[in-house]
Amino acid sequence: MTLLWTRSRKVRLHRKLSIIGMVCTLIAASGCSPIKPWVKPYERQNLADPIMSFERDQVSAKYLHHVYDTREAARGAEGAGGGGCGCN
Amino acid sequence: MHAFSIFTRARASLSTAFSFSIILSTLNKMLEKITLVVNLPVMKLLMAGLLLVSIGTHSAVLPEDRADIMYHGYDGDGVRIDGPSFLVRKNIADKVSVYGNYYTDQVSGASIDVLSYGSAYTEERNEYSIGADYLYDKTIMSLSYLNSDESDYVSDAVSFDVSHDFFGDLSTLSMGFSYAEDTVGRNGDDSFSEEAEHKRYRIGLTQVITKNILMNVSFETAADQGYLNNPYRQVRFLTGDGTTASSKTELYPNTRNSDAIAVKGMFYLPYRAAIRADYRFYSDSWGIEASNYELRYIHPLKEVAGLTLEAKYRFYDQTQADFYSDLLPFEDATNFYGRDKELSTYTTNMFGIGASYELKHPWLSFFDKTTINAYWDYIQFDYENFRDMTQSNDGSFAIGEEPFFNFDANVLRFYISFWY
Repeated sequence: MTLLWTRSRKVRLHRKLSIIGMVCTLIAASGCSPIKPWVKPYERQNLADPIMSFERDQVSAKYLHHVYDTREAARGAEGAGGGGCGCN
Repeated sequence: MHAFSIFTRARASLSTAFSFSIILSTLNKMLEKITLVVNLPVMKLLMAGLLLVSIGTHSAVLPEDRADIMYHGYDGDGVRIDGPSFLVRKNIADKVSVYGNYYTDQVSGASIDVLSYGSAYTEERNEYSIGADYLYDKTIMSLSYLNSDESDYVSDAVSFDVSHDFFGDLSTLSMGFSYAEDTVGRNGDDSFSEEAEHKRYRIGLTQVITKNILMNVSFETAADQGYLNNPYRQVRFLTGDGTTASSKTELYPNTRNSDAIAVKGMFYLPYRAAIRADYRFYSDSWGIEASNYELRYIHPLKEVAGLTLEAKYRFYDQTQADFYSDLLPFEDATNFYGRDKELSTYTTNMFGIGASYELKHPWLSFFDKTTINAYWDYIQFDYENFRDMTQSNDGSFAIGEEPFFNFDANVLRFYISFWY
């Protein structure tokens, strides 16, 4: 029973991945012409504003990530890190 | 010698990482040739779908020349940790940007873990890091070295990262690798010395979605091996008829593998302000699953030129490690055992506010820009299966029936930044 269930789950996952893969490919390859950048350079003044930086100040962001790293079990995918234990 | 050994051992992996830039240019060439991929297996389809977006040209930019002087302070659970941090960054010939960072933690007081089994103490941790970013056409390659030193813990780490801009400045693909080697000691016990090593691999894609939206997806996998315990922490177990307890040093598995995936977004509002939204999911081989959410609002004030205000909220929750136990039923109940509160089930809520102000004064004209910044964060920790055993030490509660532990912490950051 468990084997059947695992198998059907795998088949469903396989189908989902196939569909996602095909959609990505079709969107990207549609019309045999590459997708062109849709935000022109002259439209990027808002994106260039310093307030749109994910982290404006590295020294400050690095410290806060160190606080998270020492107080939480989770780590990674946050962009900054530190060393040492600092566990107590 | 120790640092040299790190570099030597990491060399093989770094040479692999150096090939990232070659891979990127190869991918661009491959894309031009791919016309029909419908019959490829599932994984190839997924890869092709992702790769087809990497077309276009753009020049990457090195970080700005700046220096930061920061005071940081953490105060919570009876512990105070504070100190300075200095960061200086300088471009050389617009090709290389080098930086150096010195950071110190001065620790004093006694947390719940120390109060349960020991007494208050003071300690200092010093961290030095240096790094260089090399700009080559649309690619930035970064190499850094970090040394962290305290009386009972020494860590050396090297990192290598590559980021590549493409698709007309709308996409940035980044990849990186870090290797760290730690030596763990125990104060008061010169014969105790253990080793641990940590490897991390990461990949991320930053994408401009619209002229007001920027998104980033990052994935990082980590592999630790060696002595991963905290040598001071203890686990307690019931003895006799179950009304008394004793304790022994924790024992963790000597490997740990974890995966984390994060999605971040920056949204420019109809007026001059921005919102940052984050989500991260984490899972590891110790059975811990965690997720965190964050919302940040950044608002430059029109009325006061140069003043930017910020407010944020962050929520974090995690499940316990498989081998975590607040109170073991008997001494040898499990093969591995830990009572570290960071391995228990708990949540945190964090509220933060801050301000940044651009100083303008004739004697600061030597600099292109000078800002003064202050941030305060308040964090509430609520543990769901970690009990405050100090309450039974003094006889207020029976063993195993103490109230669950919780505490609040304040985190301060105050710094001055100079651009030149």
